[in-house]
Amino acid sequence: MRGRFSPLIRADAVEKFTTLTASACPLRLANVDTDQILPARYLKVKRAAGFGQYLFHDIRRDTQGALRHDFPLNQPRWRDAKILVAGHNFGGGSSREAAVYALCDAGIRCVIAPSFGDIFSQNATKNGLLTAVVSDDAAAEIATAVDAAPDLPLAVDLENRQIRRGTKSWEFAIEPARRERLLNGWDDIATTQSFKSQIAAFRSRDKDAHQWKYPPLG
Amino acid sequence: MSDPQTLFDKVWSAHEIASQGGESLLWVDRHFVHEGSFQGFDQVKARGGKVAEPSLTFGVADHYVPTRNRPAIASPDIARMVEQLTENTRANDVTLFGLNDPRQGIVHVVGPEQGLTLPGLLIVCGDSHTSTHGALGALAFGIGASEVAHVLMTQTLWQKKPKRMRITIDGRPSEGIGAKDIALTLIAKIGANGAQGHAIEFSGAAIRTLSIEARLTLCNMSIEAGARCAMIAPDDKTIAYIKDRPYTPQGETWTQALDEWSTLKSDDGAKFDREVTFDASQMAPVVTWGTSPEHALPIDAQLPDPASENDETRRKAIADALDYMGLKPGQKLTDVKVDRIFIGSCTNARIEDLRAAAAVLRGRKSKVPGLIAPGSSMVKRQAEHEGLDRIFLDAGLEWADSGCSMCVAINGDLVPPGERCASSTNRNFRGRQGPGARTHIMSPAMVAAAAVHGYLADARPLLPSYKS
Repeated sequence: MRGRFSPLIRADAVEKFTTLTASACPLRLANVDTDQILPARYLKVKRAAGFGQYLFHDIRRDTQGALRHDFPLNQPRWRDAKILVAGHNFGGGSSREAAVYALCDAGIRCVIAPSFGDIFSQNATKNGLLTAVVSDDAAAEIATAVDAAPDLPLAVDLENRQIRRGTKSWEFAIEPARRERLLNGWDDIATTQSFKSQIAAFRSRDKDAHQWKYPPLG
Repeated sequence: MSDPQTLFDKVWSAHEIASQGGESLLWVDRHFVHEGSFQGFDQVKARGGKVAEPSLTFGVADHYVPTRNRPAIASPDIARMVEQLTENTRANDVTLFGLNDPRQGIVHVVGPEQGLTLPGLLIVCGDSHTSTHGALGALAFGIGASEVAHVLMTQTLWQKKPKRMRITIDGRPSEGIGAKDIALTLIAKIGANGAQGHAIEFSGAAIRTLSIEARLTLCNMSIEAGARCAMIAPDDKTIAYIKDRPYTPQGETWTQALDEWSTLKSDDGAKFDREVTFDASQMAPVVTWGTSPEHALPIDAQLPDPASENDETRRKAIADALDYMGLKPGQKLTDVKVDRIFIGSCTNARIEDLRAAAAVLRGRKSKVPGLIAPGSSMVKRQAEHEGLDRIFLDAGLEWADSGCSMCVAINGDLVPPGERCASSTNRNFRGRQGPGARTHIMSPAMVAAAAVHGYLADARPLLPSYKS
């Protein structure tokens, strides 16, 4: 499949995701919206400057700006976590892709939760961040397990849609198209370039058939 | 005879260029960009690309624009955000409704107002509240920066088809109950992720009674139920609203459009993956009490008690929300004192919203300070023409220019830490209106009532039509 992409465009492809074996941090919160992941006042930051330092800015700090010890990611045992285990509706709210940048820049490559905001999941895939959907019970079990023994890593196997830890394993769901993208590190713009002639044909047909769609002043 | 189709399926298939791996490549009819879209423009630049269809792309300055002392922008950081949009649109020959343009406003108010939003179009914007435009029968949804870059470079987008969900709202809402109350009632019932992965179609008698502006409010709030998008089949009200706006098709193309739009409805027997039904006649005015839009209750209710909740995650969520909001279990909502009010946002700052707030505030004083930021510069002029600005100013409130303002609090308008704001906006997330800010969302009339009382309050007794 990848052979048809021009090498120049392939340079932009995202990092592939196959199996990730890493420390997982439990975040037992539901409805962690994108305003919590990245407060809006940091949206002015350029991509190259990095967003990692702003991740969960206002919920991981107290009102004086000091790191709260009760926020799991602030604890030494989860300093190197690459996986988050969260409650339902993680990433709901605003479409800001910078919420995904903040997670990626802080080293997170996978979030496990019972459900995700649709736009958030879409943005995550574009940046090589896996959003793994598990049942409520599985999310609670995984969170409890990693909480009890943080040193034992969690393996997230995208090929087999399986999360493993010691002798335990859990299935996870992901849209097949998202799985393909992550496994291959595909870049959407590159894919679309190969549909150029179909797009041009559609456009010309569409404009002939539905002139009203094309703004008179445009 | 082909199978009966939903409205959503009809518009979706009319935009399908190709499909691959379970996703469709869709043609985009309108792409709105704002200051926050710079990440998308930066990606295009990094690839050495340019905007593929400048005439289908429209820029609107809204997220960072000042609402006072225009055109001066106090902070250089914020000024830079507005300048960047000007530069990016100019470099790509994209029309811009910029800071000093008389058509400037919030993108989701400007689109319908200018006739850029039409039935049957596929509309995207790097903003989750793009769902608003579905009120006119468009398929409209929010996208992230990488998708913005994709649309800029190709005018297309890869999407997996969402499931279809029909929400039928029967009955006639009683006096003083509006689209915001319907939306919050719905979200409280199905949850902030209740419509995740679904395209909503709103139908039923109550929807037909709603004005176009009220429908825009309802579709706007569908993202707060987690929906991918929401649509309402166009009817006579839709056509009357669209006619003769600056970008609306004229003459022969208008006739052609009317012809096509007449087919934009779900066929009898069309299948939905999920059906939900509500009765609007029993609804009361609703306010939020917590930190998710699903934390919503009728104004005469008491705050929940986490102790009576069995589920641990939910118990913790309620306790955390009460703690952040500075509220006590069992407290009456009408005993909650507010510090300030805000009327604005893509949700509730159109002319009908300002009229509804003015009807409550006429001849009365606000007990707390407050800001009113109209949905667009055109709405502002219309309100001034009707004398609504005088009502707000006489009440002691501030009448400002148009922009997202205190809804997203990135232009400098914010609620100070720990203060409580009654707000006509869409999100009561922690810190949404500024770090430590406490937000209660409600209809514009309910915000006005909170201003008059200094407490959360039922707006209905303050309405001119009220009979005790």
